[in-house]
Amino acid sequence: MILVFIEYREGKIKKSSLEVLAEAKRLADELGWEVVAALIGSELQEQTAALWGQGAKKIIQIKGDGLDQYSAEKYTHYLEELIQELRPEAVFMAASAMGRDLAPRLAGKLKVALASDCTQLKVLNGELVFIRPVYAGKALLTLKLKTRPQLATLRPNIFPLSEPQSGEGEVIERRIANPYSGPVAGVEEIIREEGAELDVTEAEVVVSGGRGMKGAENFSLLRELCAIIPRSAVGASRSAVDSGWIGHQHQVGQTGKTVCPNLYLAFGVSGAIQHLAGMSGSKVIVAVNKDPEAPIFKVADLGVVGDLFQIIPPLKEELRKALSE
Amino acid sequence: MNILVLVKRVPDTESKIRVAPDNRGIVEEGLNFIISPYDEFAVEEALRLREAKGGKVTVISVGREEALLILRKCLAMGADEALLVKDNNPETFDGLRTARAIASLVEQKFPDFDLLLFGKQSFGSDNAQVPAMVAALLGVPQVNVVVKLTIEGREGVAYREIEGAQEKVVFSLPAVISAQKGLNEPRYETLKGIMAAKRKEIPMIPIEELGLKAEDLAPAVEILGLEPPPTKSAGRLVQLPPEEAAKEIVRFLREEAKVL
Repeated sequence: MILVFIEYREGKIKKSSLEVLAEAKRLADELGWEVVAALIGSELQEQTAALWGQGAKKIIQIKGDGLDQYSAEKYTHYLEELIQELRPEAVFMAASAMGRDLAPRLAGKLKVALASDCTQLKVLNGELVFIRPVYAGKALLTLKLKTRPQLATLRPNIFPLSEPQSGEGEVIERRIANPYSGPVAGVEEIIREEGAELDVTEAEVVVSGGRGMKGAENFSLLRELCAIIPRSAVGASRSAVDSGWIGHQHQVGQTGKTVCPNLYLAFGVSGAIQHLAGMSGSKVIVAVNKDPEAPIFKVADLGVVGDLFQIIPPLKEELRKALSE
Repeated sequence: MNILVLVKRVPDTESKIRVAPDNRGIVEEGLNFIISPYDEFAVEEALRLREAKGGKVTVISVGREEALLILRKCLAMGADEALLVKDNNPETFDGLRTARAIASLVEQKFPDFDLLLFGKQSFGSDNAQVPAMVAALLGVPQVNVVVKLTIEGREGVAYREIEGAQEKVVFSLPAVISAQKGLNEPRYETLKGIMAAKRKEIPMIPIEELGLKAEDLAPAVEILGLEPPPTKSAGRLVQLPPEEAAKEIVRFLREEAKVL
């Protein structure tokens, strides 16, 4: 059995969790295992269709007071209880902010190894093999886990969703037997960034600006592009962030975030090695830069040599036209 | 406050990484090694907390003797003590093994610690595992990817970065915190600090002497191979008047790349 931890925030299941479920199902089919989805909290209700659609055989919903707000300590405790009971071969979750916080705590509690932030999973001679970027994407590590259950987090936006399947399985509600009583770091409040609904790691299109943006005020051009393109987010290079033009949560690259959107649009980004490390996994890359020698053009599918300030206004019009058709 | 900061020696983030011929690790020759960038934010935060509240900052690394260099850098920045858990193994990419060593060391030598500070992940293994694993092994609360931290008495407030937002998290000491860029601006070493750090003795404890069982010291991760990533080849480069360029981008996205 592969147990998949399903994450939801504000009552919505995360797409990255569905991606994990879909990949778990592909692997489970190859191995003759089944996939069980586990959720913690009470808000779920009508969204089970998506879980059945991506291949869950069973859904386990852990309910109890104070579980709607995430806490690594509590969630670890209840997942550990479930794992001790079900004895799954593997436990997967998304390498989201929550997954990256929860999975290593769970691994520490279970005293098992963890494959973090995997970008490819395979079955080799009947065993799971995990592939993940190391050295900020400058090398790929292939590994096996010697401890059970095999714990892994899967990078968002990499694994495709499956064609939704019909059919429903069993929903099992679990009430908490032994409430967690240890020390907890509790979330008191979630502070949203103004206008930023999507994080660069979750966006399907990243519109990124570099030193060529020349100043904080010009990032509004990129925000305008994002307003036109669905599921997009503004990214930035390290030099733009270090110049104080935009917050570091937008930074793509080695000391920022690694992204792999369907489309990466880079404006005035030179393409320093540490930036490329964070975005060269994007499916399609289009770069606009004044300098024909800019290293970003070495990874761009389409490179446009020109002045971004002259290109963005007509580009907005063209995109508007194209997307309204 | 009794603050411990865990730091790791890693290749300079700007360096070109070459995979070793045995496909198990990287070629270290010619690489410049530094303290992992996120760890530097952790050291700085520890120093600021000590300056505000008093107490002691001890920096700890697990690794080969070469890691003494980054420990000396931390001493030069202002840390009070340093300690090396000597581990001659090459990179295992196994966070659990490192976490076990750290948890065991803390239990034996620093049972009265208040705060354990880490970088949110080390450059290299990029696991982002050890802080939360250590917190679990020690049974203390954790806040990872922290961009703002305040501590009053035994209570702390940390802001942690999540997708498009920050979580305000409250916790009690002792706790594990991992640092994200934005937490602070690390200071440079002073000349006086560098001179003092040179003379400071740094105790070393072999990883084998932490009371861990042999099976706990054996990596739980089996490396099957390390490879360079597939290279992406350059596409087309065009130079057109702005309106034409805009049209070409949209045409490319719709017709060739099919992403619109």
